[in-house]
Amino acid sequence: MTPADLAAQAADLAHQAAVLAQNAAGVAAVAAQNAPPAAPFVYLFSIFVLAIFVGYYVVWNVTPALHSPLMAVTNAISSVIIVGAMLATGLQGSNVAHLFGFLAVVLVSVNIFGGFVVTNRMLSMFRKK
Amino acid sequence: MNQSLTSFAYLVAAVLFILALRGLSHPTTSRRGNQLGIIGMGIAILATLLHSGMSLGGVALIVLGVAIGGAIGTVAALRIKMTALPQLVAAFHSLVGLAAVFVAASALNAPQSFGIGTTGHIHLESLVEMSLGLAIGAVTFTGSLIAFAKLQALMSGTPITFRGQHKLNLGLGILLFILVLLFIVSGGSKILFTAVAILALLMGFLLIIPIGGADMPVVVSMLNSYSGWAAAGIGFTIGNMALIVTGALVGSSGAILSYIMCKGMNRSIFNVLLGGFGNAGGEAVAGTTSGDKSVKIGSAEDAAFIMKNASKVIIVPGYGMAVSQAQHALREMADVLKADNIVVKYAIHPVAGRMPGHMNVLLAEAGVSYDDVFELETINNEFASADVVYVIGANDVTNPAAKTNPASPIFGMPILEVDKAKTVLFVKRSMASGYSGVDNELFFRDNTMMLFGDAKKMTEEIVQSLDH
Repeated sequence: MTPADLAAQAADLAHQAAVLAQNAAGVAAVAAQNAPPAAPFVYLFSIFVLAIFVGYYVVWNVTPALHSPLMAVTNAISSVIIVGAMLATGLQGSNVAHLFGFLAVVLVSVNIFGGFVVTNRMLSMFRKK
Repeated sequence: MNQSLTSFAYLVAAVLFILALRGLSHPTTSRRGNQLGIIGMGIAILATLLHSGMSLGGVALIVLGVAIGGAIGTVAALRIKMTALPQLVAAFHSLVGLAAVFVAASALNAPQSFGIGTTGHIHLESLVEMSLGLAIGAVTFTGSLIAFAKLQALMSGTPITFRGQHKLNLGLGILLFILVLLFIVSGGSKILFTAVAILALLMGFLLIIPIGGADMPVVVSMLNSYSGWAAAGIGFTIGNMALIVTGALVGSSGAILSYIMCKGMNRSIFNVLLGGFGNAGGEAVAGTTSGDKSVKIGSAEDAAFIMKNASKVIIVPGYGMAVSQAQHALREMADVLKADNIVVKYAIHPVAGRMPGHMNVLLAEAGVSYDDVFELETINNEFASADVVYVIGANDVTNPAAKTNPASPIFGMPILEVDKAKTVLFVKRSMASGYSGVDNELFFRDNTMMLFGDAKKMTEEIVQSLDH
């Protein structure tokens, strides 16, 4: 099998996995609506497992030359943990919870902005002459 | 905003993150990918701001926090030198880890905000998820701090080992597991929460100190992976899909990078993580291979003369190029050679530098076209047809002992086969062995010329000689 074949297959699989993940996510979203507030663990876990597969196929497609930007951008998107930090800060709760939430918001904001900006800086340097 | 609409927004964000990673499959699509990632993050943040029950004061606090953090992050990212990228990334990982700890602490103190129970009566599964997010986050935090300190040369890159180290780590690991169980059984005791946090922080520190400086590419990738798992743990705790999907993506991405780095060294992840590499084992081997063989030492003029008469030159950059910031001088040299119709290519070893893809970024910074830069598998069969190989700041990754000497600690590591070229020019500061502590027999070969000096200065001198 040639690398091109492999790449094509991997892309295909990634696509299938992405579709599956979206389906699962759709199912979970519906489930979340029917059983508020927290979705049952098994739905969330299905999404998690499928997303690992999506990640696996997508990341193997990343060209080695861009492994540094990959690391910077994954760091930036893992800052989506800001969602938790924001809920901790903005919803009703104890002062301690608010304080921890606020600190987390500040920390991950450094990451979000820093991560995307540095990724952009790196990627803008990759040029074909 | 109603709940299904919020969930939908998170789904869109998650898909955009997947597409952001997808964009990195080629340099031409990569910037678009990054923009999609930014849009995804914006959507996730906006959806959360519109979450029902957000207080006005809370929103103000969030905006303030984002403004402070965003300003710091932007300035840091704009000012950082590309050679210092690995430590910046390590520092960023530590922040995700600490944030995971803080969110877990917040969830413990206000479980009703996240719908996981009430104070003192948190659901069992939420406690499991919370403690995982907490422990992994804490390990990521201190582990990344140590990686940062080693990369920034705030502490020595040599492995710190002591007797009984692995037994101590194993013991603490078991203790951590027990504490997590107790925390879950206790229904969310704050004292046990703190104990888990402290022990996990200590473990992050202890796990990284025995790992040497040149193994940092693996460590940084692994911590990248950990930060993803920590985020996923928190995602489960608060039942947020965007967080779970992203955590899984980042977790698997970091794991794949760690695997690629380990494969590039022909070492198992356990071998790297147990640490101590490049210490004792290597020296004995070094003694057997050296001896009184002589080396040929050349000057910049000699090197320029040889290159002028070549028709194909392959450049092999390593960490030494990053240290002396020689990438710009190197590109100038390549430009002069190309003007003379000499073919110039760059060969990158997977573990060159201090993070995956480090060399590619530095060369891109200097304006080298990515079409001229090749990975090990693609370029290895071209060395035989090359007249000159210019090895700048690399050593172990060219050492033929990796193929010929089963006793060598680097045996089995895939190498760039520079020994097949007609002439090899080694730019080095001294005859010192590389990270593995192994002598490089290439130095003593007849077709090798050593160019002693700073990589940048030497390259600049060669450029001057070429111009004459």
